[in-house]
Formats: sequence, C-alpha cells, structure tokens
Amino acid sequence: MSNTPSTHDATGPIIKRPTRWHIVVFLLPAFIVYSAVMILPLIETLRLSLFNTVDGQSTFVGLGNFKVLFGDERWAHDFWNALKNNFIFFVIHMLVQNPMGVALAAMLSLPKLRFASFYRTAIFLPTLLSFVIVGFIWKLILSPIWGVSPFLMDLVGLKSLFSPWLGKPGSALIAVSLISVWQYVGIPMMLIYAALLNIPEEVIEAAECDGVTGWSQFWKIKLPLILPAIGIISILTFVGNFNAFDLVYTVQGALAGPDGSTDILGTLLYRTFFGFQLQLGDRSMGATIATVMFLIILAGVSLYLFVIQRRMRRYQF
Amino acid sequence: MSKARASLTRTSLVHLALISYAIISVFPVFLTLINSMKDRNAIFRNPMQLPSPKTFDLVGYYTVLGQGDFATYFQNSFIVTVAAIALVLLFGAMAAFALSEYRFRGNTLMGLYLAIGIMIPIRLGTVAILQGMVATGLVNTLTALILVYTAQGIPLAVFILSEFMRTVSDDLKNAGRIDGLSEYSIFFRLVLPLVRPAMATVAVFTMIPIWNDLWFPLILAPSEATKTVTLGSQIFIGQFVTNWNAVLAALSLAIFPVLVLYLVFSRQLIRGITSGAVK
Repeated sequence: MSNTPSTHDATGPIIKRPTRWHIVVFLLPAFIVYSAVMILPLIETLRLSLFNTVDGQSTFVGLGNFKVLFGDERWAHDFWNALKNNFIFFVIHMLVQNPMGVALAAMLSLPKLRFASFYRTAIFLPTLLSFVIVGFIWKLILSPIWGVSPFLMDLVGLKSLFSPWLGKPGSALIAVSLISVWQYVGIPMMLIYAALLNIPEEVIEAAECDGVTGWSQFWKIKLPLILPAIGIISILTFVGNFNAFDLVYTVQGALAGPDGSTDILGTLLYRTFFGFQLQLGDRSMGATIATVMFLIILAGVSLYLFVIQRRMRRYQF
Repeated sequence: MSKARASLTRTSLVHLALISYAIISVFPVFLTLINSMKDRNAIFRNPMQLPSPKTFDLVGYYTVLGQGDFATYFQNSFIVTVAAIALVLLFGAMAAFALSEYRFRGNTLMGLYLAIGIMIPIRLGTVAILQGMVATGLVNTLTALILVYTAQGIPLAVFILSEFMRTVSDDLKNAGRIDGLSEYSIFFRLVLPLVRPAMATVAVFTMIPIWNDLWFPLILAPSEATKTVTLGSQIFIGQFVTNWNAVLAALSLAIFPVLVLYLVFSRQLIRGITSGAVK
C-alpha cells in the first residue's frame, strides 16, 4: 500500500522508498474502528439474513427469510403495511418539508432583509431538539386533555375541525409526519439558503438588467441554479426517512399505534429484533428486515449518484 | 412611487410569513418551559398564561430531581458525547491528513470505503453490533456507545476535513520537512491548528445526533447506570405520563442545555453549514 513513490518527486527519477509507516499509522485508528463497528457488523447482518434457526441450529436457508417476510401471512401484512407507511412518510416530507424549506430559504436570502439571523436561529431550533422532546411536546399539545390545540384553533375560528389526530388510524401517520417535518425543515432551509447565497451577484444583476425580477427571477434563474442542492436534500430526506424510528417510538410507542397505522420499517425492525410484549425477539428476521432497509437505501442512493446527479447540469462560476 | 409601495407590501408579506413560521417553531418549546413552572391547576386552566406569583410552582422539578437520576444521565451523555467527539476528531483528522497529503496505492479506494458510511446508516448493522458487544462483554457500558458513535462520525469527519486539509499550503509543510519535522509533528503542529475552524464544524455536526440518539442507548446500554439523558427522559416520562408537572419539568430540563448551547454557538453552527461544508 505504501511502497509506491510519492508524487512529490514525480519529475525526478523513480526511487524505491522504504515503507512509509506514518501513512499506516495515520489511517489505522479510523480504519479499525470504522471497519470493526460499522462495516463488518453491516456485512454480518446481511449474512445473517440468509440464516435461520432450524431445530435449534443455525442453518443456511437461502432467500427463505425473505420469502417468509414478503409472503407469509403473519409477516407479510406487517411488512407491507410498514413499507407503505414509510413511503407515505417520505412522500409527505418531499411534498411539505422540502418545498417549505426552499420557500423559507428564498425569503431569508432576500437582500437587505432585517432580522434574518433571528428568523434563521428560531426556525433552526427544533432541528437540535431530541425526538424525545419533540415527540412528547407535540403529544401534549395535540392532546385533547390539555386543550391547547382546540384553544388555538378557536382563535382562528376552526375549533370544529379539531380532533385527536394522533389517536385516529386515518390521521395518525400524517400527524406524525408533520411533526417530523416541523422538526427537520431547518435542514433543507439551511442547505438551500447556502446555495442561494453562493449565486454570484453578477448573475442576478444581469437578470435584473434583462427585466427578470421577483417571481420569474426565482423560477427562471435561481431555481435551476439550486437544483443540485435540492437533489442533495432529497436524498438526505430519503435516507433519513427510511431509517427513521425515534419519533414514531416516542410519540406512538413501539407498537406504532393506533392499530399499526404509524408503523414504519424502523419500528418494525425494533419489534422484530428485540421483541415487544408477547412477541419474542427474532434475530434472523430482524437481520432480514435490516437487509431490506439496506437494499432500499442503497437503491435510492445509487439512483441519485448514478442517474440524477450525472444528469444534473452544474453551473461553474 | 407605486413600485416602491409594491416592494414595501412584498417586504411586509415576507416578514409576516417568516414571523409566523418562527413562532410555530419556537412556540411549543416556549409553551413547555412556561408551563413547567406552574401549578397543576394553572397548567390546565390557562395553558397560555405566563407563570404569575400566584401560579408559580416548581413541584415538577422537585419530583424529577427527587425521583429520576438525572445527574447520572447528564453525566453519561456528557462522557459519551465528549469522548466520541474527541475520537472522531482525532481519528478523522489523521485519516483525512493521510488521504489528502500522500499519494499511495489504494488512496482513492480507501477514500470511497470511508465514504460509504456517509450515506448508509450504521443503524442497519444493529443486529450484528449487539452480537459483537455481547461477545466482547461491552453491553451496558458507555464504551459500547462511544465506539458506535465514533464509527458513525468518522465518515463525514474524514470527508469534510480532507477537503479543508487540501487547502493548507504545501510550502508550509515542505518548509517544516526541511527543518527536520517528522510527518507526525507536521500533522499535529502545523496542519491541525490551521484546520481548527473545520474541526469546530465537524464537532457540532457530530454532537447533535449523538446527544439526541435514542436507538443505541435503548439497545446497547439501557441499564440504570449507563442511561443517557435522552433515554432517561424517555423512560421517566413514560412512567409519569399522568403527572403533568413532572413531565413538563423533565422536558424542560432536557431542553435547557441544548437551548443554552444553541444560543451560544448558533452563529458558528449556521456559518459552518452555510460556508459550504456540504456542497
């Protein structure tokens, strides 16, 4: 690994150097911790998904676990339900969180806007709070017992529309997704804000000389320039959503109620692997669900890296 | 004239929108903080009112501090976060230096290998991580959490820091070499001090997910002695659901350190994000 000559003397004759041990020393700690605690367990988890306990012995079952997960009556219902909910969870983030992040960033980046740093600080605050705090605060606020939400809705004359959203199977998933959006809108806002600040003055001035201002300036000039940043926030949202667990767990518990209506892959993995109440923990099926999550995330990331990012036009200033 | 008025309307609309959203962001936190300092009746009768001398009551805080072992939880979270950040910064910076400074066979491959962890979440390996921790007897120790968070933080740290280390002047390093500094002294005495701002950015990015994580404390270290603040407050609140004073006080106690840190460091944090650490 370190026997090749350094490029510092690329112009000179190639001299065989002794092993440069310092490179090994610099790389080794990170390499060991990262491999031992992250990469090897990940590979081992993928491997475990191909095994199951038969007659008390760990046996190779090929894709048997996946067949059970996708097709067996007991598992398939939970799995497809969690996958569908996870997908809805992601779609709500894409439709609400990211456009809202872009809108907030567009407003914040207006030149000579006063109090901009105050707004930024306030809107980014929820992102730093832990899911436990966010989950419980919203549980309290939306609780019909406390009555804060009905009171607030009364102020705008919408009291009749209030219902215990978190407790109803039809609305619980949307409510949880929106809580998550509330917490995370700061991230797309900041990344888009940074991208907007990076657009050079000259481009905007040139647009203004051509009479392109206001709305059409945003749509025709700025939006195309920040598309790469929108691509990044989309893939970050995707990975984050298909790996989510904490918020559903704190708001709705490990059973992801009511009636499994907020169950996503993360909570399903938790219940399957560790067991919950009457259900016993199952290592092989846990590994199988983790593998499915891995494949979904891998597919999304590859799609982004090899298709979307390559097609995207990047402008160099 | 009419144009100026139109722009004035537009600016006020923008302010209106931003103020409304800022209120939506801050209101739940504010509501929790004010109600945690009121007596039970006032919490229910007038949730929106600031605590007055008549309704002021710290009974929730007494319950929390008397029942839950929050001092230990804070200490655990603190130890885990500080140790993990220190290791991520040290190991990450060393690896980033090796990757950005030297040309050697496998450099690109090593860079890609370390980058996998930016996109693939460490959580997916939980099944085998728990097995490994059981095998090595690290379950219910803070060491297990520190190791996991170090592994989790290294990829992004290497990525950001190697970008910054490429900007350190070669002349400076070569001057050091001519003066007889070893490669180690060049790293520790010349390069590290120069990338300190980038290290601060990485530290903030690493800290937030570690402090807030619920998954690994729940799985690897759920014992009373190793609970972190996040897990501790989750369980405490679960047990005291009906005691609103205690729940609100526990939430406020969990919010408080984050709030103070954020107000102190928000400038640095926001500058770190917007300075193009993620491009």
